[in-house]
Amino acid sequence: MIECEVTIRNRAGLHTRPAASVVKLAAKFKSDFFLVKDGMEINGKSIIGVMTLAAEQGSKLLLRFNGPDEEEAAQAVVSLFEEGFGEPM
Amino acid sequence: MIQADRFTGEVFLRGVAAAPGIAIGRAYLYDKQTPKVVERSVDAREIDDEIQRLKNALQRSTKELEKVLAFATQKIGDRKARIFEAQIMVLHDEFLFHEVERRIRVEKKNADFIVSDEIGKYQHRMLSAEDEYMRERAFDVEEVKNRIIRNIDQDLLFSRLEGFSVIISEALSSADTVLFSRNNVLGYATDHGGITSHAAILSRSLKIPAVVGLSRASKSVATGDLVIVDGFRGLFIVNPTAERLREYEEKRTRYLKFEQELEELRDLPAETLDNRRVEILANIEFEEELEAVRHHGAAGVGLYRTESLLIGRDDFPDEDEQALAYESIAARLHPLRVIMRTFDIGGDKVMVESQAPEENPFLGWRGIRIGLDRPDIFLSQVRAILRASSRKNVAIMLPMVTTVQEVRRARRMVEQAKEELHSASIPFDDAVPVGVMIEVPSAAVMAEHIAREADFVSIGTNDLIQYLLAVDRGNDNVAKLYSEFDPSVLLTIKRIIDGAHRAGKKVGLCGEMAGDPLATILLLGFGLDEFSMVPSLVPSVKKIIRSISFAEAERIARGALEFHAVEDVEEFLREGVRSFVSLLLVPEREE
Repeated sequence: MIECEVTIRNRAGLHTRPAASVVKLAAKFKSDFFLVKDGMEINGKSIIGVMTLAAEQGSKLLLRFNGPDEEEAAQAVVSLFEEGFGEPM
Repeated sequence: MIQADRFTGEVFLRGVAAAPGIAIGRAYLYDKQTPKVVERSVDAREIDDEIQRLKNALQRSTKELEKVLAFATQKIGDRKARIFEAQIMVLHDEFLFHEVERRIRVEKKNADFIVSDEIGKYQHRMLSAEDEYMRERAFDVEEVKNRIIRNIDQDLLFSRLEGFSVIISEALSSADTVLFSRNNVLGYATDHGGITSHAAILSRSLKIPAVVGLSRASKSVATGDLVIVDGFRGLFIVNPTAERLREYEEKRTRYLKFEQELEELRDLPAETLDNRRVEILANIEFEEELEAVRHHGAAGVGLYRTESLLIGRDDFPDEDEQALAYESIAARLHPLRVIMRTFDIGGDKVMVESQAPEENPFLGWRGIRIGLDRPDIFLSQVRAILRASSRKNVAIMLPMVTTVQEVRRARRMVEQAKEELHSASIPFDDAVPVGVMIEVPSAAVMAEHIAREADFVSIGTNDLIQYLLAVDRGNDNVAKLYSEFDPSVLLTIKRIIDGAHRAGKKVGLCGEMAGDPLATILLLGFGLDEFSMVPSLVPSVKKIIRSISFAEAERIARGALEFHAVEDVEEFLREGVRSFVSLLLVPEREE
């Protein structure tokens, strides 16, 4: 299992479009993927789940990966967060 | 008006007769406005069916949203379109629907209830965040949820509709009407709607008895109640007494016999006693009606409302899709002919994309005005119609023309479309006639000059009368001013017919008026060449024309023009055609 903390960097926060990008990317890996914020754990492969996360610019999330390709998954997903989902920062 | 008999339980409602005929059957209450979700237990043996229903609904919802997405990306830009992409992703959320499926199996409850409950949990979380973004998100999710539930309901509806039913609803769209007609529906009764609503016109064409404008029909009946729809007198009866039932069963038998007699006229020409021939054509909206066109002995289609292709979708069908639809109609009708009217959108009809609402839509951007301003839409439609024309049985008609200039510009665009097809070596009829609808007073005044620029003209009385008398017939305060027999209407129609004839062109009429027995004789007498109406009225109009001489009709028409008040015209007509009317009208039409 891998756990890492990320910060929301883009101006608009984790709104619908980034949520969709995260879920799409996570779906490419076999490993389970969860996002934890304020004690709430969300399945990162469920768009409707990720959409319930209110995460504005600057807020911190814990990402958890568990499975055969957890390292690759973590690397890919974390860099998507680091790039601010390709949106204005 | 409701009358409930407290002893027998019979309920009587009066509305507007929208499509003739008698329907006797079990009610099916159709509520599509807000999907109501009711918790139900599902029998263990039916769980698999319930899951299948869910899967079908997800599939159908995905298809619908993909269309919306394609349209949105093209027309409103990527940003807004993303919303739909996210909605589609929700439909494919395995985690979510795995849980929904598991709960259906474990709790043995109906799919729509579990979907609503499970998605509701997420919505609850979004709303409790008290963040504006999250509220919007909850709304997006609400849309997706309702779409799934609606599609589950629809699936259920059709599985329940296997028996013959009478549909009761607050309102019905044209798309509903067609959808139901494919499922052996016996009749319709609705709270809203008028005689010219598209659903009403369509019911007449599909020969499904209908009563509209009942105000409270949907509140007075439960699914499964025995009901009668009297499409002659505009009555709707719930839980009829045994006596009433017997009376209506007899009426239905008499009517069917009368209909059969009319059908015998099918292969006879529309010819007066003194051998003047006219053409009786049919107005259609959907390909489903073609069978009715032949069945009733129409000489072809005088008005095909192509905007029906836009119903139930948010985008314009592309040229190939349109060409396929038009080709199919032209091929099925051949050797009969069809006049295809280009999209008549705007006004109260289908709106163009996300166009802002206009203050005066009837005086706004509609009909050919949109076509001329949006050559992309108009040219692709004209090319599609041309591609269906190689059998030489297709004509094009332009809606809502106001000026001669518009006819010239539209014709230049038709020529451009021909050149484009020509250079692509696609076959079409180079002599395809281009006609003009006369439905705006300015076009009526200029009829002769417009006719010189066109190959034929066709009078659209529904709009023409509304514009001429400045009356919205859907507005109860002024609807009484609306009359087909107003002297100004008669003079205008006469002017159009005479003008077009001076220009050497034929004149048709494709409004409701063409199917009215009193008006038939008048229009015949004015010299109208083609009558176009809903298919089911073709036989009775043919019967009228075959029972009078042209000389007599001319005399009556001349006489009618002597009067200057609508009451006087109507009285004269009733008097003048009494001897004919007695043999024409359906026996049940006593009121």
